[in-house]
Amino acid sequence: MGEKKKKGSISYAKWGYIFIAPFFIIFAVFQLIPLVSTIYYSFFEYYRSGLKVIGPNFVGLKNYITLFATDLPKYFGNTLILWIIGFIPQIAVSLLLAAWFTDLRLKLKGQTFFKTVIYMPNLIMASAFAMLFFALFSDNGPVNSVLLSMGILDEPFSFMNSVWGNRGLVGLMNFLMWFGNTTIMLMAAIMGVDPTLYEAAELDGCTPNQMFWKITIPLIRPILIYVMITSMIGGLQMFDVPQILTNGKGGPNRTSTTMIMYLNNHLFSKNYGMAGAVSVVLFLVCAVLCVVVYFSLTKEDDGLTRAQRKELKAARKAAAKAAKGGN
Amino acid sequence: MKKISRRNFLLASGAVTIGAALAACGGSSASTSTASSAAASSAASEAPAAQGKVLNIWCWNDEFQSRFNAYYPEVSEVAEDKSTTTLKDGTVVKWTINPNENNNYQNKLDEALLSQDSAADDDKIDIFLIEADYALKYVDSDYALDVKADIGLTDDDLSGQYQYTKDIVTVDGSQRGTTWQATPGLFAYRRSIAKDVLGTDDPTEVQSYLSDWDKFNDVAAQAYAKGYKMLSGFDDSFRTFSNNISAPWVDGTTINVDPNMMKWVDQTKEYTDKGYNNKSSLWDSQWAADQGPTGKVFGFFYSTWGINFTLLGNSLETPVADGETPQVGNGIYGDYAVCEGPQPYYWGGTWICGAAGSDNIELIRDIMQKLTCDEAIMKQITLDTQDYTNNEKAMNEIANSDYSSDFLGGQNHIALFAEAAGKIDMSNAGPYDQGITESFQAAFKDYFTGNVDEDTAKANFQTAIQEKYPELTDVVWPA
Repeated sequence: MGEKKKKGSISYAKWGYIFIAPFFIIFAVFQLIPLVSTIYYSFFEYYRSGLKVIGPNFVGLKNYITLFATDLPKYFGNTLILWIIGFIPQIAVSLLLAAWFTDLRLKLKGQTFFKTVIYMPNLIMASAFAMLFFALFSDNGPVNSVLLSMGILDEPFSFMNSVWGNRGLVGLMNFLMWFGNTTIMLMAAIMGVDPTLYEAAELDGCTPNQMFWKITIPLIRPILIYVMITSMIGGLQMFDVPQILTNGKGGPNRTSTTMIMYLNNHLFSKNYGMAGAVSVVLFLVCAVLCVVVYFSLTKEDDGLTRAQRKELKAARKAAAKAAKGGN
Repeated sequence: MKKISRRNFLLASGAVTIGAALAACGGSSASTSTASSAAASSAASEAPAAQGKVLNIWCWNDEFQSRFNAYYPEVSEVAEDKSTTTLKDGTVVKWTINPNENNNYQNKLDEALLSQDSAADDDKIDIFLIEADYALKYVDSDYALDVKADIGLTDDDLSGQYQYTKDIVTVDGSQRGTTWQATPGLFAYRRSIAKDVLGTDDPTEVQSYLSDWDKFNDVAAQAYAKGYKMLSGFDDSFRTFSNNISAPWVDGTTINVDPNMMKWVDQTKEYTDKGYNNKSSLWDSQWAADQGPTGKVFGFFYSTWGINFTLLGNSLETPVADGETPQVGNGIYGDYAVCEGPQPYYWGGTWICGAAGSDNIELIRDIMQKLTCDEAIMKQITLDTQDYTNNEKAMNEIANSDYSSDFLGGQNHIALFAEAAGKIDMSNAGPYDQGITESFQAAFKDYFTGNVDEDTAKANFQTAIQEKYPELTDVVWPA
């Protein structure tokens, strides 16, 4: 009996902890500790002057005050603008392509080929892509010489020295790099829609346009929101494309300087205080967006209004009570 | 035994790790002892006992590397990708090259120097190169060794060098670097364009047309009327202004913008608006193309290294890399000539520093001696490469000889350099110059291209400086 008891008391739980330990150790070393130290140092004056380290001296919220008083709103605005001019064409083209690729009636030929091709730009490193555009659109680059020889321009247009030339190129690159990825995701979403709905709609005499707006879009809404939020988080962290395209200078009058480029500028002088403050602000913004996406994805969409749901819940409760009492 | 069993591999890697850790510990104690003996200025005498087998050299381009491979007598073999050079005694020279722009080289170097104490002996930096714009930052630190007390060069070795090349790297009487070149600046112009615009391509006569800024502006107008550009871009004349400021940029924590810098801003704005320049920036592709066969630019401000290292390469139709030799007939080789230009200036210059903690002091001494002090080698470098080397006697010999440069259409440019070298004044150089120069040029570029007004450009300069150098709190503009 005693032996049996001993055997029964063996806890397998420790193996569970051992198996999940690697994740927590790695998370702590590479994520949690840096995260905490970033927040910690954001309250300090801590940078390097030449080969001398200044600080860390506690300065309270001074870094944050400097940040919001001077530059941060401008770079936040830049980042949003750069993201939007890339995202709008991206979502439009992706939706169109996804609808075409999944439309059984169209029977597009060579679908696999096109799916591969539109995904290709995503495989190129962003920095290589930006270098390519930098060379293509430079003052004496091929694009300008083509435009000149076609007689469209009289003298080379300096893309890099014009605010919208620069922003436009960043938007174009982000669009080219990400529309393939978005198309594939939206296709998966559309293919998940029950085909009988389309058949029924067709029998009722719906036009393809109506089917798209009234059936497809509402049913893939969660994925659309997911795409939008992930793209927004990616957009907030936009760095490599504008950094390399503008040679680290952030475009004319800093109009293409994104939040992360600003962060990078501070890290060049090893200014951990200011860089930490920028990072914390970015972290908070991203965290809020993550919470939004979490709730929008986990919310059950059963076609009921809030009042109906409440009623249903009360009814279930009453039924359960009745069942218990009956027993 | 092609396959190593997993167990052996783990053992081996463990051994390597432990070995490295031990070596690192040993390294740090060795370096502290060197540092302390450096204070007693006796490192050189006790160093030869144990010399490291790896010499690490840090620099930002392949200029020194090519000089080293070609002229250091002990070189026996250069690796195919040029990443290492093997010396006759078996020592391997490892090259670490990081581009200069945007303080990149300085930041990487700082990182490496700060961890110098804990690095393994063979990973420690032995030699690092510094540029005039930030030389002070390093020579004013303990990371650069005294060339006489620590490394063992004698006053006699250094006696042939230009005084200014020693002054700029000397802090409190201790010289902490040495260079093979002096870098007086000149104005390199296209002979064919000068003939078209001014009716002459003779350096003395062209100089008489360009001897001050008013005359220079007049020639710019004439060149423009004939369809040429006077300068390639915004920053070309920058050094002629920034070298003639009346005080260093930084005083304490304040940046004082010199009135001369605002003259540069005004002149460049005028040139840009009137179309006298081609709106390029230093080192961009347009700027390089302007120096080549298709260029329509009158001339470029260049110092010594720029002529043999940059201008010559850009002037060719078929680059050397394609197997073509630089000679008359290849591009516009031979169409350039040099004159003094409106104001004396210098640009750049590279100093060799021995790093504290190095285990190759003896070798560093020999390299410095051979590549910066040896008169015969200095003279040969100039004759072969047209670079202007740091040996007053040898340079004057060449200046007074019948030496001529094919690239400059038969001109003896060494004579002009020799004259200009005596006028170099680096007393206003400071440790922040590279960052300030780049930010100043970048901020005002927006003003030149018409994207912002002058006040916004000033504000942008201030923002950029506070990012790069948080300790500099104020910028004072001339009234």
